[in-house]
Amino acid sequence: MALEKITSVSGRGVYVPGNDIDTDRIIPARFMKCVVFDGLGEFLFYDVRHTPEGVPTGHPIDKPEHKGAKILLSGANFGCGSSREHAPQAIHKAGFRAVVAENFAEIFFGNSTTLGIPCVNAAREDIAKVAAAIEKNPDIEIVVDVAALEVRYGSDKIPVTQRESARDALVNGRWDAIGELIDGIPAVQNTAAKLAYMAA
Amino acid sequence: MSTQPKSLFEKVWDAHSVRKLANGQTQLLIGTHLIHEVTSPQAFGMLRDLGLKVLMPHRTFATVDHIVPTNELVEPYKDPLAQAMMDELRKNCAQFGVTFFDRASGKQGIVHIVGPEQGITQPGTTIACGDSHTSTHGAFGAIAFGIGTSQVRDVLATQTMALGALKVRRIEVNGKLRPGVYAKDVILHIIRLLGVNGGTGYAYEYAGSTFDAFTMEERMTVCNMSIEGGARVGYVNPDATTFAYLKGRPYSPSGAAWDAAVTRWSSFASDAGCRYDDVVKIAAADIAPTVTWGINPGQGISIVENVPSPETATSDDDRAGIIEALAYMKLPAGKPIKGTKINVAFLGSCTNGRLSDFQEVAKYIQGRKVAPGVRAIAVPGSQIVALQCEKLGLDKILAEAGFEWRAAGCSMCLAMNPDKLIGDELCASSSNRNFKGRQGSVTGRTVLMSPVMVAAAAVTGQVSDAREVFAVN
Repeated sequence: MALEKITSVSGRGVYVPGNDIDTDRIIPARFMKCVVFDGLGEFLFYDVRHTPEGVPTGHPIDKPEHKGAKILLSGANFGCGSSREHAPQAIHKAGFRAVVAENFAEIFFGNSTTLGIPCVNAAREDIAKVAAAIEKNPDIEIVVDVAALEVRYGSDKIPVTQRESARDALVNGRWDAIGELIDGIPAVQNTAAKLAYMAA
Repeated sequence: MSTQPKSLFEKVWDAHSVRKLANGQTQLLIGTHLIHEVTSPQAFGMLRDLGLKVLMPHRTFATVDHIVPTNELVEPYKDPLAQAMMDELRKNCAQFGVTFFDRASGKQGIVHIVGPEQGITQPGTTIACGDSHTSTHGAFGAIAFGIGTSQVRDVLATQTMALGALKVRRIEVNGKLRPGVYAKDVILHIIRLLGVNGGTGYAYEYAGSTFDAFTMEERMTVCNMSIEGGARVGYVNPDATTFAYLKGRPYSPSGAAWDAAVTRWSSFASDAGCRYDDVVKIAAADIAPTVTWGINPGQGISIVENVPSPETATSDDDRAGIIEALAYMKLPAGKPIKGTKINVAFLGSCTNGRLSDFQEVAKYIQGRKVAPGVRAIAVPGSQIVALQCEKLGLDKILAEAGFEWRAAGCSMCLAMNPDKLIGDELCASSSNRNFKGRQGSVTGRTVLMSPVMVAAAAVTGQVSDAREVFAVN
C-alpha cells in the first residue's frame, strides 16, 4: 500500500489551551454511537464548544479567523484517557493535519500516527510563542516540519521532538503498518506455533 | 538461552515478537483479541474494504457492554443507534466466525470481566482490546494493551500490531492495608503520587506483600486503572492465587495440559534481580480511603483531607488545574471533601463490578437505607457476576437498602446507554474516570471512590468516611 510521505504539514494554526485534555473531551462518548467514523468532525470538542443548552461558547476552533486551520496546538498530556480512535478521527475530519503539544498520552499518539496525523512535542514556552504569533496574525502560516523536527511560523521557528519510530514511519510513508503486518503473516504463524495457548 | 534475569514484560514481549519492522517497531503477536461493539464496527468495515479475513477467529472473542441498556433486556432497544451497534457486532461475528458472548449466552458482560471469568485471560500471554481498560488483564501476568480501531483492524487481519517496547516501573506496596482501605484506594493513591501522565512510556509491575496477599479481583481493580496513571500496561506476576482462580474455568487448560500450563505460566514471572527502569516503594499503612475532588483521577485526596486551594498550588500549572477543577466540581477551596452532598451513587464498572465488590458492600449496607433523594444503582459487571450475587441474595440486600439492581453492562461509567447523570448531579462512583462530562451530563460531577465508600455516601447522602459510617475498625 503506497502511502503519502508526510514530511511536513503547512497551514494556519489554532491554540486550544489546557493540560490533560482527555479523549472524552475531544469527542464525548455519546457521539460514538456510530458504525462509521464519518461525521465526527463536527462533534470535535463539542461539550467545550457549546453550553449545555447548545449555544456556542466561542471556542478557539469556532472563531472565524481560525476557520480552516490545519494545525492544532495544546498543552501537556493531550489525548489522555479512553483509547477511542474516534478522537484523532474527529480531529482529522475537522480538518486538522498535525498536533503540536507539550506531550501526548500513549494510545492517542499511536492512534494519530496510524492515521497519518503527526503529533510533535514542543516546550511550553515555545508553544506559547507560536500561540502569541497566531493571536497577532491568525493567517500566519505554520509549518510542522516532521523531517527537520521544527515548527516554523513567519520568520521564526521552534524545535520539536517526536518518537523516532513515528517520525520514520511518517516521513517514509509507512505510518499505517497494515501492509507490512500482512507481509509478515508467515512469520506470525511460526511464532504462534510455538505458543501452546494459541493452538486452534 | 540467556541466563540474564528478565522481567515478565521482557519475557512475554520476547515470546510474542514476530519481527522488527522497518521503522524500528516490533511486529508483536497478540494471542488474545477481545472486541466489543463500540470500537470494532469500523475495523470490520476496513477489513471488508481491503478484502481481508480475520486471521485467527479462534483467538478472537466478542461481547457487548458499552451501549447495552441495563434496564431493558428485550431487543429492539429503544435507542435505535444502540440497536444498530448491537446488530452490527452480531453480523460481524457471524460473518467472520468470531465467538460472541451475546446476552442470550448468559456469559455477556463488560469485556474486562468476561475475559478473566471465562479463563480466556491467562498468564504469559498478550491481549489487546479496543478499550483503554484492557490493562485489567495484566492482573494475570498478561501484557494487555488498550488499542485504537485501526489497530483492532490490524489484529483482526494479522493477529499482530506494530509497537515499541515499554520501559518497566516496579511499584512495590508492602504491608497490610488498614481496615476500610481497599485495592481501589491503592490505585487512586498510586495515581495521586505518580500523576496522570507519570506512567507514559511505562508498563507498571505491581508487586510487594500487599499485592501478594491480594485476591485476583483486587489485582484486577488496580491493573484496571493503570491507564489513568498514563501506563498503557499494568501487571502482577502470576502466582498460586492466579492459578487457583483459573482452575476449572471454561477456557482454562485441563488434565495434563493444566500442569504443563502452570509450569509455563510460572516461568513468565519476573526473575529475581531483573532490571527495572524505575522502582517506587509505598507502605500500605500510608494509604487511606481515597476520593477524587477534581476532573482527572490524579486529583485525589484521602477522605480526611481538605480539597486543595489555589494558594497551596506547587506550580502555575497546578494552580490553573485546581482553579479549573474546583470551578467545574463546584467545590469550595480548602474545605473538607467529607460532607459534600451527593445525588447519585453508582456501584459497578470494569474497575469495581465483580462479586467481591458487591459482597463487601452488602456486608455493610445490610439493614441500612439509601438517603432520601439519592438515586442509587448497582450494576453487576457480567451476567455471571449477576447470577453469583443473586445466588447469595446480595441483590435483595442491595434492593432492600434502596439500590436498583440492574443487568450487566458499563452503565454509568461512561453513559453510552440510558444510565446518565442529569444536570450537575454529583455521583459517588466506583468507576474509573472523573473527566468532565464523563457520566453523560456535560455538567455532571464524579467523585471516584471504593465501593464501600460509595455505599457510605449512599446512606448518608454525602461523601463520607466509610470507616465511621459502618464502624469499620
